[in-house]
Amino acid sequence: MRKWLTQPDFIVERDVARCIGCRVCVRQCANAVHSYDDEDGTILSESDACVGCHRCATLCPTGAIAVKRAPLEFRDNANWTARAIRNVYKQAEGGGVLLAAMGNDQPFPIYWDRMLLNAAQVTNPSIDPLREPMELTTHLGRTPDRVEIEPRPGGGVRLKTRLGPQLKLDIPVMFSAMSYGSISLNASIALARAARAAGTYANTGEGGLHRSIHPYADNMIVQVASGRFGVDADYLNRGAAVEIKIGQGAKPGIGGHLPGEKVDAEVSLTRMIPEGTDALSPAPHHDIYSIEDLKQLVFAIKESTRYEKPVFVKIAAVHNVAAIASGCVHAGADGVVIDGFRGGTGAAPQAIRDHVGIPIELALAAVDTRLREEGIRNHASIIVAGGFRSSADIVKAVAIGADAVYVATAALVAMGCHLCQKCHTGRCNWGIATQDPVLTKRLNPDVAIRRLTNLLRGWSHEIKEMLGGMGINAIESLRGNREHLRGLGLTSGELQALGIKHAGVGA
Amino acid sequence: MKNADIRYLILGNSTAAVGAIEAIRKIDADGAIVLIGREPRHVYSRPLISYLLAGEIDESRMDYRPRDFYARHQVDARLGVRALRVDPRLRTVRVTPVSADGSERNDATAEELRFETLLIATGGAPVVPPIEGRDASGVFTFATWDDADRLTAWIEKRNAQHAVVVGGGLIGIKAAEALRARGARVLIVEREDRVLPLGLDRHASSMAATALRDAGVDLECGTIIERIVVADGVVSGVTFHNGRESSCDLVVMAAGVAPDASIVHGTAIRVDHGVLVDARSETSVPGIYAAGDVAQGIDSLSGASRPIPIFPHAYRQGAVAGTNMAGGQATFNDAFAQNAVDVCGLSTISIGLATAEGGDFEVLTTEDQTARTYKRVVLRDGRIVGALFVGDIDRVGIFTGLIREKIDVTSFKHLLLSGRLGLITLPEGYRRRVVSGEAVAV
Amino acid sequence: MKRIFAREEYCLGCRLCEIHCLVKHSKSKRIIKAFRREQDTAAPACRVEESGRVSFALQCRHCEDARCIEACITGAMHRDPTTGAVICDTERCVGCWSCIMVCPAGAVERGRSRQVASKCDLCMGEDTPVCVMHCPNEALVYEER
Ligand SMILES: Cc1cc2nc3c(=O)[nH]c(=O)nc-3n(C[C@H](O)[C@H](O)[C@H](O)COP(=O)(O)OP(=O)(O)OC[C@H]3O[C@@H](n4cnc5c(N)ncnc54)[C@H](O)[C@@H]3O)c2cc1C
Repeated sequence: MRKWLTQPDFIVERDVARCIGCRVCVRQCANAVHSYDDEDGTILSESDACVGCHRCATLCPTGAIAVKRAPLEFRDNANWTARAIRNVYKQAEGGGVLLAAMGNDQPFPIYWDRMLLNAAQVTNPSIDPLREPMELTTHLGRTPDRVEIEPRPGGGVRLKTRLGPQLKLDIPVMFSAMSYGSISLNASIALARAARAAGTYANTGEGGLHRSIHPYADNMIVQVASGRFGVDADYLNRGAAVEIKIGQGAKPGIGGHLPGEKVDAEVSLTRMIPEGTDALSPAPHHDIYSIEDLKQLVFAIKESTRYEKPVFVKIAAVHNVAAIASGCVHAGADGVVIDGFRGGTGAAPQAIRDHVGIPIELALAAVDTRLREEGIRNHASIIVAGGFRSSADIVKAVAIGADAVYVATAALVAMGCHLCQKCHTGRCNWGIATQDPVLTKRLNPDVAIRRLTNLLRGWSHEIKEMLGGMGINAIESLRGNREHLRGLGLTSGELQALGIKHAGVGA
Repeated sequence: MKNADIRYLILGNSTAAVGAIEAIRKIDADGAIVLIGREPRHVYSRPLISYLLAGEIDESRMDYRPRDFYARHQVDARLGVRALRVDPRLRTVRVTPVSADGSERNDATAEELRFETLLIATGGAPVVPPIEGRDASGVFTFATWDDADRLTAWIEKRNAQHAVVVGGGLIGIKAAEALRARGARVLIVEREDRVLPLGLDRHASSMAATALRDAGVDLECGTIIERIVVADGVVSGVTFHNGRESSCDLVVMAAGVAPDASIVHGTAIRVDHGVLVDARSETSVPGIYAAGDVAQGIDSLSGASRPIPIFPHAYRQGAVAGTNMAGGQATFNDAFAQNAVDVCGLSTISIGLATAEGGDFEVLTTEDQTARTYKRVVLRDGRIVGALFVGDIDRVGIFTGLIREKIDVTSFKHLLLSGRLGLITLPEGYRRRVVSGEAVAV
Repeated sequence: MKRIFAREEYCLGCRLCEIHCLVKHSKSKRIIKAFRREQDTAAPACRVEESGRVSFALQCRHCEDARCIEACITGAMHRDPTTGAVICDTERCVGCWSCIMVCPAGAVERGRSRQVASKCDLCMGEDTPVCVMHCPNEALVYEER
């Protein structure tokens, strides 16, 4: 059926007074929006296929291209929004599940923007991070309930308690799971190398560990997901830590599907599946139907890694997240990863992405509170993910109770992603979410690494400034210190869920 | 100084000599270099004499190297001095100053220079066919700056309007073009049935002929001049072998150049057409080298020993000689003809066995009549051995590289003349070498 | 000496290098004017070659052992004594095209407006050649190797 009801999302305008006919746009658009007409010697821009990725406009040397929201407006209707109408058109034409990518883009409240940080004045002087030491080092993993010391022969004391395996981070930010397959090898390599350079970790996702990333495996968290792609003893032992993925914030309760076209020779080798076959991750792990089952897997992994690697369990932020997280800790997880509903994805049904799960702010507060109440907060670190955009978001998360934050979208944006949300098409013009060799070339890992490490360096300076402002000289001292947060314009129910006071309420 | 052996003695002051000097100084910063040059001039560019004659450039642009060239390279340049004889046994060269008019001074001024190493780079001499009347006033050769000056003076003094150029090769055409640019009527007489017979095939040659005629140059091919008509010791015309006569007031003899090896004839240094050299530019006598138009080495494409009197070759052969003279190691194994000749605005480039046909040769051609372009590539055993480009000469050097490096082109033969040949279509290993600049190592 | 190298695995084939080279060597040095009015005088000395999935930008290699310098009949083609770059002195060039004849990279071209050889001059006087500076993916690097 002809898709005649669906109108383009964007309109591409060319300022003919500025256009020099250099055709950079023609060469750069993988969606063939721009084309050169040999007969007329002109460049045509047909907006239909424009995804709003700005590749053309960004590379245009004269700034002659503007990408605008399509001016074709529907009559105002708060219920029947343009998006709702368009979705119906699309489904009426295609009859399928609407696919989307990246995180939930709907205007749900963003609590980070309704929380404000504290600063020290007079009685508790602030600290200048440029003059005084400021500690962002963070350890992830189980810490003992109590520590014992013993005299050291020849004087002094030493730790008697044996500590479990820990990850040491120079900044409490890691790169979240993005599989090779959903993103390009260049992007994967860039994340791994940037993690190494910044003293933190990246996560393989369920894509396996490509051999070109083996040299950086010490900075990789290897994921075990329901499809178990690329998992073997070597894989588990190469990584710095292992993460069992139960759920993903963008699509809780849903499995994954990497179409066969993306499973080329390298992906096939890395995922350990036949070339050209769909990589299907089932919704559940077929061997996990209870906390006890989860515990078996946790310990199977610990056994096969000789208890040398911390094991994390990643769950989506859903309504009962606190109890589930607690179960994970009881199952032996050294860290719980909670992925909020704004967490990204390479592909998810739009209905799920936009309507399932809860905000990470609320989930984090609930989990931290619950683990404290149970007295097991020290048994596992809390790592949160799902739409973190800035250093302030991170500091606020730590103040609520997170040990560290995972970022994925922010990392992609640092590498050039323009959030066009078309990852699932495989035609990423920025060379990130694609396996097309013409497009993957566009991401030079050297450039990407520099941009990623710059971002982390910038954030780390800002985090130090904020800590110093609060009179705190180590990020650890902020963790779970919700007194440093105040809500603004929140209901008492929201304040209670977040465990914070309203702005204007003193200590 | 006088009695000490000269570390490097160089005879000649042109392309090959400069190549040698620059190469020597890369290895040996201060070993004594003595240069003997017959013409009393700073080193100049020989091919530019036609541009000078045409008035396209002035004298200031004749210098081949900056004025401080000798000083910067610490060369004791003795200009206006002629080498008379090389004695390979005593390792000496007899030299004598030349007076301003070119004649030698008396023998008493001659001296013997003893050398450790010697480079003979005395170039070629114009071939003047034994035509009756060739000694008359108004008959010129066209090989030196002085020749250009003499022609200019003659044209100006006599208001010469009608020129006959004997020879339709590179030099004849360059002379004809220049004379035409000065407003003279020019007739080229070529013995062969076409112009530029050495570098161009029949088709390219006819394109060149058209370009010449379009520029107002007359052509007579397949004819020879029987006699130069002389009146009062001065040229007044020429007669062809069929008896026809044509009047003119100047004649340029451009029937070719031949190596000028007179200073070594009869010595132990072996000479054929030119001074025989090996790939190291060394003659049959160790320590004595020869390079440029005077020398005769192996044509890497035909395998034959023959002089290749072209500029790039003179430089490289000179540089190879210089390197070896200074104790370095260099060889020149990829000599072959390469000529870029602009014929009245029509660019032509002919490389290697550009006109070969039949036998083992496979010939590819393409032509665009409206654009006046023609391309011809000659292959042998899957390798390019010749290329001829007329009109469109862009990126021709890629072919030169493929010829030089003997690259098997079978896999991309269809692209050679497609207009799509670029480095990217070449075998990856070779391409990477070119891109990294390694393909051009000595 | 520093040279420009292409990392073809990262070349986008966008040709911004060519565009900026042309602008740099144009009279006005202003992109819109250079393209509108000065195309007949300025030509890029950088060219992107493309075939299938592979592309790379190519400029004069500034060869150690430069055939073009050897073949140059006027001495116009020379090595800059301070930078080591192979430079054509267009005041001395007569456009005989010997350099075009011998360059294995095909990196010398006929000038568009004048009968002189046109080639990369490494943007004499700039710290970084403009093709390198404007390559959005750093597929061109300027370095010592
Ligand atoms: C008009 C013209 C146009 C040309 N155009 C081109 C062209 O476009 N492309 C090309 O590739 N080639 C061209 N050539 C050929 C090119 O000039 C020669 O191949 C090149 O100059 C050879 O250099 P050489 O050093 O071997 O000798 P030459 O340039 O011939 O120089 C010989 C030197 O030796 C000196 N000398 C000679 N005898 C003695 C002696 N007994 N004692 C002391 N010194 C002596 C001379 O004064 C001169 O300095 C052209 C030649 C001419 C004449």
